[in-house]
Amino acid sequence: MIQKEAEKIFETRELNVNMGPQHPATHGVLRLVLDIDGETIVKVTPYVGYLHRGIEKLGESLSYFQALPLTDRMDYVSAMSNNIGYVVAVEKLFGIEAPERAKFIRTIVGEMSRISNHLLWLATHALDIGAMTVFLYCFREREWLLDLFEMICGARLTVTYPRVGGVRNDVPQEFLESLWKFTDEFPSRILEYETLIDQNRIWLQRTVDIGVISAEEAINMGMTGPTLRGSGVPYDIRKHMPYDAYDKVDFDVPIGTKGDTYDRYRCRMLELRQSNNIIRQLIEKLPPGPVMVDDPKFTLPPKDKMMPITHPTKEIAYFILEKACKGCGMCMRACPAKAITGEKKAAHKINQALCVNCANCLVTCKFKSVTVVSGGKGLSDEKLAELAVAPDQLPEDIKQAQQLLVKQFEFIKKGPKAPEGDLYVATEVPKGELGFYFVSDGSGKPFRMRLRAPSFIHAGCLPRLCVGHLVADVIAAIGTIDIVLGECDR
Amino acid sequence: MAVTEVRISIHTTGLNPKDIAEKIKGQFPDQVIDVAEFRDQVSVIIKRDQAVAVLKYLHDDPVLSFDHLQDLTAVDYKGKKDIRFEVVYNLYSTRYRHHIRIRAQVPENDTKINSAVPVWSGADWHERECFDMFGIEFTGHPDLRRILMPEDWEGYPLRKDYPLKGPELDKDWPGFTDVLKRSKELREFDWEG
Repeated sequence: MIQKEAEKIFETRELNVNMGPQHPATHGVLRLVLDIDGETIVKVTPYVGYLHRGIEKLGESLSYFQALPLTDRMDYVSAMSNNIGYVVAVEKLFGIEAPERAKFIRTIVGEMSRISNHLLWLATHALDIGAMTVFLYCFREREWLLDLFEMICGARLTVTYPRVGGVRNDVPQEFLESLWKFTDEFPSRILEYETLIDQNRIWLQRTVDIGVISAEEAINMGMTGPTLRGSGVPYDIRKHMPYDAYDKVDFDVPIGTKGDTYDRYRCRMLELRQSNNIIRQLIEKLPPGPVMVDDPKFTLPPKDKMMPITHPTKEIAYFILEKACKGCGMCMRACPAKAITGEKKAAHKINQALCVNCANCLVTCKFKSVTVVSGGKGLSDEKLAELAVAPDQLPEDIKQAQQLLVKQFEFIKKGPKAPEGDLYVATEVPKGELGFYFVSDGSGKPFRMRLRAPSFIHAGCLPRLCVGHLVADVIAAIGTIDIVLGECDR
Repeated sequence: MAVTEVRISIHTTGLNPKDIAEKIKGQFPDQVIDVAEFRDQVSVIIKRDQAVAVLKYLHDDPVLSFDHLQDLTAVDYKGKKDIRFEVVYNLYSTRYRHHIRIRAQVPENDTKINSAVPVWSGADWHERECFDMFGIEFTGHPDLRRILMPEDWEGYPLRKDYPLKGPELDKDWPGFTDVLKRSKELREFDWEG
């Protein structure tokens, strides 16, 4: 009765609320426009693109080997998995196989990345819902894994450790020992997290029956990964299309029944245990052998045999032969230290005080006028002119080092040519299915590089998960689909 | 406990992609232009008019049952092919575990194709991105707006005639040289004393 009277006096209408882009619970710069009726969500419109860097367009301008670091910057929470997805796709395009040991190492670091991703997910998801302690516990273990990443490649987040045709370097023994110790302790740590929230009444109220999605609907919307498996669809690319060493390990795939936020949470918790198990199996089985494919087409020349470019040595000096120089100015433009001067169509000169021994001039010169003087560093120009010989009269070892250097430049700048065709390769990253679609026109750069990012699709499912729930449940929904906006916007 | 751990076999049971291509050819003989194969992956190149009918057939047919739209994107073949654009659908059946790729040709002068949202609702954002990046209009799409680029952006960035870099900053924006000069001055400033 009172309510009816009130409705006569007060007008009710839907309220339009902006959530984000700068909101701590949105896991990045995601903006949601909520239409709310009281506290119930009527409509959600997500706006993405704040982190768009045009990785697909950039990929078209880079060789297959140069585009690898870009993939780190997509899902920066699990960069290792992105790298693996990329190298697996490029390897399939080139038709090469990484050595067995490299495959095992890649699978190990991929699973480590899955654990560290799920830990960050659990930490922030619990923090959003209101459980602070879990956050601190999860970061304790994540720190251990990031330190291990640092041990093998020097970076904690943007690793770029896998390479097309293998991995950058072999893992040290202490890495394996520390990781083994981690896998020993980790199951008890998972129990610690679960003690805090698994049967917690607040946690259950905030997650059970929130954001329910059926199996048919989930797959129709393109959901993948644990988000899909929470609804009960047994789709895991590690099992459906095994890559690397996943066909050699024994593991189960957790699937949910109801498809609510709690089921997805349980799926990820069980995945942590499975990943831990996979790592243990792989360390036990880790075969010896090389970690990089033995093909000069896909590997850089050995550094100790190549002309030194990164460490300026005192022994070598570069010198331009006056007779051979045509004065084209190519070396002048290529010199990063601006050490080369000269008029057009007259012989150029290297200022030895500025020269950094990068060998750019040597590689660029078409007339073979740049030569190397052994033990010439610090000598005057007159003395160098006396000592200098034409490039083809140099000692054999310097000649070879030069050739390797030229090869390295070509490898970096042009890259090996890929066969013509198009292919789509998907891998299971912690967030779902990461797909790479390459169209190759036979050159060293992809004609089209497409990234199918799981976060992008999952962010598109947000309206479906939120409508009908309360405003507070939007936070739970953002957490449960596990999105990173760097990957969503690419 | 609601969540169970299941054992999934790694052996594929699905149809050979070539057989699927033959099936599509049998069902839509006048729509299929070509079938291409590369590294065991088969692409069926079709005309755009009946594209959604083909996709619907692939989704609904009980033997094929392509329930998962892995990826939807477009490729700009400017200067490579007569018909400039191709919309690419990567399909997968989670039940039977087979894969097929459909490529629908879209000409430059009329960049329109029917939307696949009625078949897979997950195509929604993929198509918006395609529209944003290539300017391909998906007729029947519920909400076709730009998604990654700002709403007032001009041009379609992933087209081949769109430049990779903008004009040089110091020519485009005179204030840039001032900023450089200022930063150089500050670098030389003695902060300690």
